[in-house]
Amino acid sequence: MCVVCGCGHADEPAEPAAVLHYGQGAARASLPGQPALRLVQIEADVLGANQRLADRNRAHFAAHGVAAYNLLSSPGSGKTTLLCATIAALRQRAPQRPLAVIEGDQQTQLDAERIRAAGAPAIQVNTGRGCHLDAQMVGEAFAQLDLHEHVHEQGRDHPHSHHPAGSLLFIENVGNLVCPALWDLGEAAKVVILSVTEGEDKPLKYPDMFAAAALLLINKIDLLPYVQFDVARCIRLARQVNPALQVLQLSATRGDGLDAWIDWLLRMPAEVQPA
Amino acid sequence: MHELSLAAEILRLVQDAAAREHFQRVAMLRLEAGALAGVEVGALRFALDAVAPGTCLAGAQIDIEEPPGLAWCASCAEEVQIASRADPCPQCGGVPLRPTGGDALRVLDLLVRPD
Repeated sequence: MCVVCGCGHADEPAEPAAVLHYGQGAARASLPGQPALRLVQIEADVLGANQRLADRNRAHFAAHGVAAYNLLSSPGSGKTTLLCATIAALRQRAPQRPLAVIEGDQQTQLDAERIRAAGAPAIQVNTGRGCHLDAQMVGEAFAQLDLHEHVHEQGRDHPHSHHPAGSLLFIENVGNLVCPALWDLGEAAKVVILSVTEGEDKPLKYPDMFAAAALLLINKIDLLPYVQFDVARCIRLARQVNPALQVLQLSATRGDGLDAWIDWLLRMPAEVQPA
Repeated sequence: MHELSLAAEILRLVQDAAAREHFQRVAMLRLEAGALAGVEVGALRFALDAVAPGTCLAGAQIDIEEPPGLAWCASCAEEVQIASRADPCPQCGGVPLRPTGGDALRVLDLLVRPD
């Protein structure tokens, strides 16, 4: 039926009139067939809520001398194995430094159990179907760690100016080179781990992740004789996406390059620039 | 996929606005998803369709602006457009570039039905 004068056939679709002007309402806005609508301005960053929680985590960590590192990689690159080797090395080189781990996986406690067996406290966060940790999860997990209790006990007697010699908190994110790049957890730095069985072109295929990281760890270098992985090309591609990216090569299982990684960790957090 | 987390967050922002501004139904939702925001727009639409039923977003038209990525090329000494962080300069082919814009996912505004 014609909307203007009601003519036409009942079973034909309605024909729009030549001009139907809805733009004269207060909002100057129109959608076909609708009364005047109201415009509500939002102008909000969708990740803003997570960013606020991450900033709160960051301030909390900094105030209490906790250096937090967000470990990121594809599944199977060696994050957990590297963490176990790191814990063992830190207990040798810097036994006075409190350590803790927040483990992120969709399911199971397997990784947290490995970390505890290696000698560090761990909180397991299971995301269910979620593909990344977020700042709220990390804030809640941190609240349950002894590390947090310890620093607050210090804080009661010695507000802020005194804290233990740099506690280290490792956050092992869900294995995923895509999504976690967008979710700030409040970490001092993102550390991306790429193993030599994955192909040297990954920095170009996953640019957001490599752009967000401060440090790239090329892992499983003990396998270099058996795979076609061009280390120099990988580093060149990674620096194309992130010129400031630092790079270390290591083997978590064999121990090559582990000392340099521990050196990097033991430097003051103030030297580490969040990407 | 993280687009589901993002859709849930968008819904939360809209619902907060509904409580604040006293509306019940959204006719149109306008978003901005920059080329460097790390968002796959098709997946975001799919995710929004999944979270909308039964909420103030049900039936809303969704408009997604997709501004290009912007980056500074030091060789050309100007801002250029890029589609991803891995891209070289479209003018001189040089790398690296420094991203300067088009990297946000934002809710811009809503057209809401009168209560």
